[in-house]
Amino acid sequence: MRTLAAEGLRLDVGIVDYLILAIYFVTVLGVGFAARRAIKSSADFFLSGRSMPAWVTGLAFVSANLGALEIIGMAANGAEYGLMTLHYYWIGAVPAMVFLGIVMMPFYYGSKVRSVPEFLRRRFNRPTHLFNAVSFAVAQMLIAGVNLYALALILQALLGWPLWLSIVIGAAIVLVYITLGGLSSAIYNEVLQFFVILAGLIPLTVVGLVKVGGIDGLFEKVRQTPLGEAGLNTFSDTAGTGNPLGANWIGIIFGLGFVLSFGYWTTNFAEVQRALSAKDMNAARRTPIIGAFPKLLIPAVTVIPGLIALVTIKGLGADEGDMVYNNAIPLLMRDLLPNGVLGVAVTGLVASFMAGMAANVSGFNTVFTYDIWQTYIRKDADDAHYIRVGRIATIGGILVGIGTAFIAAGFSNIMNYIQALFSLFNAPLFATFIVGMFWKRMSPWAGFWSLLLGFLASLTLYVGHLTEVFHFNSDLEESFWGAGAAFVTAVVVAIIVTMFTPSKPESELRGLVYGLGGDSTSAETIISGEKVWWRNPVLLGTIAVVLAVVLYIPVW
Amino acid sequence: MREKNRLFDVRSVIGYLFVVYGVIVTGLGIFDTQAEIDKAEGVRINLWMGLAMLALGLLMLLWLRLNPPKPLPQEPAEEATQEPAPKD
Repeated sequence: MRTLAAEGLRLDVGIVDYLILAIYFVTVLGVGFAARRAIKSSADFFLSGRSMPAWVTGLAFVSANLGALEIIGMAANGAEYGLMTLHYYWIGAVPAMVFLGIVMMPFYYGSKVRSVPEFLRRRFNRPTHLFNAVSFAVAQMLIAGVNLYALALILQALLGWPLWLSIVIGAAIVLVYITLGGLSSAIYNEVLQFFVILAGLIPLTVVGLVKVGGIDGLFEKVRQTPLGEAGLNTFSDTAGTGNPLGANWIGIIFGLGFVLSFGYWTTNFAEVQRALSAKDMNAARRTPIIGAFPKLLIPAVTVIPGLIALVTIKGLGADEGDMVYNNAIPLLMRDLLPNGVLGVAVTGLVASFMAGMAANVSGFNTVFTYDIWQTYIRKDADDAHYIRVGRIATIGGILVGIGTAFIAAGFSNIMNYIQALFSLFNAPLFATFIVGMFWKRMSPWAGFWSLLLGFLASLTLYVGHLTEVFHFNSDLEESFWGAGAAFVTAVVVAIIVTMFTPSKPESELRGLVYGLGGDSTSAETIISGEKVWWRNPVLLGTIAVVLAVVLYIPVW
Repeated sequence: MREKNRLFDVRSVIGYLFVVYGVIVTGLGIFDTQAEIDKAEGVRINLWMGLAMLALGLLMLLWLRLNPPKPLPQEPAEEATQEPAPKD
């Protein structure tokens, strides 16, 4: 994370802007207190009692990913790489979200597992489960710290608040609303955040576009920049690596589009948990698909402002200081927004940091309680015990997050590495899942070894990249190849180990593996219930993917 | 059988928050000074965004009014209240 210097970015915030921020804090806390009244069981606390309508879980699904790091980062990528950043949305996110909804959700939701690690425990064995549960829990705590630190940095730059104050306030608010209201509280606040962040980004984009003379004016001005015409195409220069992203179409489609994105969206419990809280199978399946529709359009308020910043802010793209690409959105806020909408925009940013952290924390407390505490430490306590453990885990997780945030303040680069490191778990996990879901012979130990060796494969490439043993054009290119290597390794290891170790009997795999449908993964259940077209996951998913392709046409 | 408390509906929260934001920002927008309008490239952004937020808030409340949450089924689903302990 780069440091934002104190003066250059300081916003001219007024009393009304603070009022808007304060109203938001009060609302968020109010949601926590109100949600608490509906908590009667651990399922209420960790899974919202599986009662949420699809539009709520769908917006929360996309919102859990719409953290401020994502917004700021995608605007920065827009300014640095141009329209190729769109790949993260249209080839990266949307197909993976649709795949999760159509293909994988029947397994997750239908098997009634309460977490992603729990699925691994039932499909494979305890070592696989423990490896995944512990690595996920540790990653979520540390990433919560990264979010907290980033929040503090931006508030220091924009509002002049000292780092420690922002860290404490941010942590305290998240602590209160998750400890009280559990996942319901997190999900409701994510839905709220979705609208607030858009209310902040839309005026920024509108005013910015007026300033540069509309989309045509913007593209014309981008051609004058060093980024030039290449910044206005997405695929046309991808035969080789001579494009802003430094990756060819194979890397983009298979590395980013397939392995990296499918790994992230389909196995990251902080995301999947939103769908598991849906009220029925159909709502769970529509959750990521409903999320895909806003995801298609979000680049309009992230990538476009990035380009606006590129052409309107002189000197953007410095290696350090105020003019780093990461400051594209804050700089535009400073330049273009009057008090009032400025307060909404600041609130949106703060909201998305807190929601990002809350997603990590609510994923953490669930996995800690169900997968570590209940599975390995205290198996048969009463239900109230587990709610209590969940609340204590929330507090503990946030305290560790605060610690991470303060450590990160001293070693800011280390945090980037930690975050990248944990992303290494996703690609092999996806491979293990997909083979395990569709190949009933895959043995329990094959699950464990494919996960571990796949992780080590991407770790090797990553460390090789950092130490410059291997050469890649950019961090992005490394992440594409690292994910690809992890995926291939995991699949190969899964096949080899299965040949030498015993498979599970089919009776234990019902509902977990394709073709051994209990009642949940049969074609009958998948189609039943919702005959109305706008509630049909397959149709909605197809529309989303077609839209993604159509959107590419004007910016090919 | 435990009684299951209903969670309040999120549409009300979104609705009230955006009505309040809408009123505040529209109010500012009506009295925006020329300097503020100039900062936003001549767009009366507070006014327009304020009205848009107000409309969103009112729409959420209207939706809630027209399509209130259905009453809970008399026999709450068994699995919602008690998850089985893991076994293997």
